[in-house]
Amino acid sequence: MSEIGAGDGEVKLPRPVIDEDECKSCGRCVAACPKKCLRMTARLNSRGVHPVEYAGEGCTGCAICFYTCPEPYAISVEKP
Amino acid sequence: MTTKQTTGMYDNFTRSGRDTRATHYCAGCGHGIINKLIAEALADMGLQDRAIIVGPVGCGVFGYYYWDCGNISAAHGRAHAVATAVNRTERDAVVLAYQGDGDFAAIGFNNSFQAASRGEHFAAFFVNNAIYGMTGGQMAPTTLTGMKTMTTPGGRDPATAGLPLHVCEVFSQLDAPVYIERVSVADTPRIMKARKAIRKAIEIQRDGKGYALVEIIAPCPTNMGTDSLKAAEFCNTQMEAEFPLGCFRDRTAEAVPRPPRPPAPTPMAFFADTHDDDAPAAEVDEAFGEIRLKFSGFGGQGILSLGLCVAEAARMEKRFITWFPTYGPEQRGGAAACSVVISGKPIGSPAVDHPNVLVCMNQPSYERFVGTVVPGGVVIVDETVTRTVAPPEGVRLVIMPAISLAAKLGVPKAANTMMLAALSRLGVTHVTRDNLIRALVDSFAKRPALAEKNVTLFEAAEIEADSRIRLG
Repeated sequence: MSEIGAGDGEVKLPRPVIDEDECKSCGRCVAACPKKCLRMTARLNSRGVHPVEYAGEGCTGCAICFYTCPEPYAISVEKP
Repeated sequence: MTTKQTTGMYDNFTRSGRDTRATHYCAGCGHGIINKLIAEALADMGLQDRAIIVGPVGCGVFGYYYWDCGNISAAHGRAHAVATAVNRTERDAVVLAYQGDGDFAAIGFNNSFQAASRGEHFAAFFVNNAIYGMTGGQMAPTTLTGMKTMTTPGGRDPATAGLPLHVCEVFSQLDAPVYIERVSVADTPRIMKARKAIRKAIEIQRDGKGYALVEIIAPCPTNMGTDSLKAAEFCNTQMEAEFPLGCFRDRTAEAVPRPPRPPAPTPMAFFADTHDDDAPAAEVDEAFGEIRLKFSGFGGQGILSLGLCVAEAARMEKRFITWFPTYGPEQRGGAAACSVVISGKPIGSPAVDHPNVLVCMNQPSYERFVGTVVPGGVVIVDETVTRTVAPPEGVRLVIMPAISLAAKLGVPKAANTMMLAALSRLGVTHVTRDNLIRALVDSFAKRPALAEKNVTLFEAAEIEADSRIRLG
């Protein structure tokens, strides 16, 4: 899970929170993200597919990834 | 800080004995997106405790593992029928039917169409992905022309497999629906429009305004044989070319909220029963035993009324009774029969295969039933019946001129009253004459003149019956 932007004392920025084990690697969020800040990883999660990860910057908190994701608990979006 | 996350769903989806936070849907499936939108809307509106979602058979079947609200699983295609029952019995409930294209538009189409035509108070979410998903990709009513499926390997050919069914367009021909819109969840701009439509359909239920249909075009990457993005593209281009998005009807502003339910009539008032208020409850009387009667003849001879009259009279005497009619499709002239059981204890089965008392008003029924009468029993047969077979050993035969006597007395339709008098004089029902007459009068509650006339006929028939019984 990405911790970028959430550390104490840092400027808090919007960010997607991804539960990698719930990701089914459909790629809808990667295609939908207007800032292109989500990407497919090369690693495998516990269900044997490549989960999506946050590139680390660029998230505006629009939550488009949340709405386009078919899984209830794979991705949420924090917005300070 | 705010977090945009799933609401309105269970934290864990306990399925097949194990906890998971994943749905059963394939990667890129439209169902999950729609499930989330419905859950979010219910949670945002505070309606989870009022909501009852009626689920389908098909890929959407497991919604009850996910939605944290009331859930009912209907048989295949019957979600609209079940939702009808729920919205009528639970007026305060926000009822939602969730169905795929096979469930809604193939096996369940008539249920769906009629419920919409009746303007039932529930929202229908109809997920159209142009294919049967759960069963492995067979053609659905919504499968596009030329589209290859498991059952249309050469592509859907209109000559043999028909054309795609346009549900929103068809339902727009009905007067009752309040709101009909077709949306899509193929990409995010479309999802946000779908979100609005879903919320609107739920608001219509919250406000008790009537039937709402939201058809939702959804990608099925697995059965479209492609990946999730190409499946979404297929929805946006080919499916939308066949099924254009848009609002087909919105009468939300004019729709009048449903009034509170009127008090339901009691069953007796509903059936216009006249004397139930003073009907005593049945009492156990082991010594009475059980009398099993069969009444038979043509439809129109008053066979069913005759049996009912005897049963009602016995009920007045606190007996346990059943009255069990059987008849064909004919209104008049077909075979008619009814079984009556009068008992001193609760009755197991209302069917009478071996009667103690058989009344026959025509020849086919005599031939059919006379051999079934138990020894010690009695057969009362109209004298017009040609008796080609004799009753079994030990069964008494009484021949009653019911039809001719009724005609002679000027009321040909009252042959059944003649038979009632014969039963009374034989004493085989163990019901008093007073109560038989009372039941007879009650049966003509809506036509008092006929009641009086039938009592006169009953008395005349008693005299004739006495002479016939002596003969027998």
